[in-house]
Amino acid sequence: MKRRGFLAAILGVAGSLTGIKLEVRALTYNWSEHSYFFVVDVTECIGCGRCVVACKVENDVPEHFFRTWVERYIWYEGEIKVDSPEGGFYGFPEIDDEDVMKSYFVPKLCNQCENPPCVQVCPVGATYRTPDGVVLVDEEYCIGCRYCIQACPYGARYLYPLNGKVESRRNTADKCTFCYHRITKNSKPACVEVCPTRARRIFDMGDEKQKEELFKIIENSSIRVLKPEQGTKPRVFYIGIDSEVR
Amino acid sequence: MGYIYPNEFEVGWGILIVIYPFISGIIAGAFLIASLYRLFNVVSLKPVFRLSLLVSLAFLLSTNFPLTTHLGHPERAFEIIVTPHTSSAMAVFGYESLYLLVILTLILLYEYRKQLVSLIENGARSVIYKVLTLGDYDVSEKAVESDRKIGYYIMWIALPSVIFLHGYVGFIFGSVKANPWWNTALMPLIFLISGIVSGIALILLLYFIVSKVRNEVVDNSCVESLSSFLLLFLTIGISLELLEIAHFMYLQEEGVEIISELITQKLFASFALQLGVGGLLPIVILFCGKFSRSTDIKKAVYTLSSLLVLIGVFSMRWNVIIGGQLISKSLRGFADYHIQIFGQEGLITAITALAIPFFILWVLAKIFPLKEA
Repeated sequence: MKRRGFLAAILGVAGSLTGIKLEVRALTYNWSEHSYFFVVDVTECIGCGRCVVACKVENDVPEHFFRTWVERYIWYEGEIKVDSPEGGFYGFPEIDDEDVMKSYFVPKLCNQCENPPCVQVCPVGATYRTPDGVVLVDEEYCIGCRYCIQACPYGARYLYPLNGKVESRRNTADKCTFCYHRITKNSKPACVEVCPTRARRIFDMGDEKQKEELFKIIENSSIRVLKPEQGTKPRVFYIGIDSEVR
Repeated sequence: MGYIYPNEFEVGWGILIVIYPFISGIIAGAFLIASLYRLFNVVSLKPVFRLSLLVSLAFLLSTNFPLTTHLGHPERAFEIIVTPHTSSAMAVFGYESLYLLVILTLILLYEYRKQLVSLIENGARSVIYKVLTLGDYDVSEKAVESDRKIGYYIMWIALPSVIFLHGYVGFIFGSVKANPWWNTALMPLIFLISGIVSGIALILLLYFIVSKVRNEVVDNSCVESLSSFLLLFLTIGISLELLEIAHFMYLQEEGVEIISELITQKLFASFALQLGVGGLLPIVILFCGKFSRSTDIKKAVYTLSSLLVLIGVFSMRWNVIIGGQLISKSLRGFADYHIQIFGQEGLITAITALAIPFFILWVLAKIFPLKEA
């Protein structure tokens, strides 16, 4: 066997074993032993949009719709402007304005609320919250009434369009799942995986090490959640945002 | 205009969801008229009693069309009844409308049984009438009196149920806390009163039309009563709608700027239709019409007022449902809504949804005579 063939065989076997290992973990995954929280550090985000691209590819998110997007807040004297061209998919154009006081990027995603209004209003229970703290949609059961889209204060949901790639999702509500198919296999969500500055991080409270790490972040940083007045109890924590961020 | 969350460019609830509360509101108004005659002894309303019952039933039978058609998966619609999610306000609708359907049908059957039996004897549409009498052909005085009593008691059960139904429709929107334009405790009340207003206006219009078509003389005391109730409920309704806006403006809570922009700029025309052309104007002309001595002028004024009121109530539904979705939840900008001609939620489907109750009413009126034998 030539050297190239030998390496390919080795890689193939290793890959298969890893795959088997992940599948085994998925089969043995016990959702009551996990609990997920997400931290977005706005001070680290550079608005590159890689998270948006990764999410689109990983989850077959159709054109014009977003499971995650990035907003840019630009502070002028007496005025704040917000933009998110194509959800930040292609990054952001430079600001060439001396009047800008400050600007920052805010990645958005489903807040996986502990008291989710989307779950409350779903008339058939197609939207539900898992014991590990993620809000999911049963696409085989959703009737497409859009009440959950109306109820979400964060604009995190949309109706999967008829020209979307995944047939079973068409005309049903779609949203960020923290890449549930990945996190249940001990992998990170696509957006976390590709973030070059670790502005997006996920923590599993079922894992002692990650729990400690999250506690340390909470201890050392000022944490905010979006729209706390809605009483939704988000599981996405933000570091470094102003009260103007909604 | 301004910034909206990227997923908000699509308005999820379109014209069909505007039509749904418009149709269900008419049930409330029509049934109230029937109840005022039967339960509260407003005898002047007798000429429109049966018409009101038939309108209630026809419109109730039509409420499901816009709702089901609008669904992404209409074939799964029945899941709301089979496996309802009890925490959802929407899950109640299937049960509530089914329950009302049974009750209204019963009221109609008890009201008509005697006449239906006589129609069997005449041989016209015999099979249908035999089925509708449920095989009970006893038309003795005692049996007819018993029908009247049972119908009367069922109406007492139905009245709060009908009122609840439309208040509940308002609750579906008013309970969405994410939307500052919808989230008000006044919403169920506003929906209910405006629904009653539209129902009375439609009965008044239909009474004129039916009388004209059948070449019958219009009962002036009935028309006077209907127009007085229309004026009363319209005044209450418009006051409530103005109070709601005043409440928003006075509280100056988060979202007040975008709401005020919605009213004064984005939807200015349809707000003018709701409050001005379809609200204050009919109040004024109805009031003036009351002092006219000419029945022809009164008839013209009441017809015009009823039409304006129906336009106003439709605009109110539009402003709430479409308006609420135009406001971005970021409170920084507006989405746009463009209605299409064809398609699942297009103009043609909308016109069909509005025409269906009138078609059903026509069929019902063929089976159930509007006049007593």
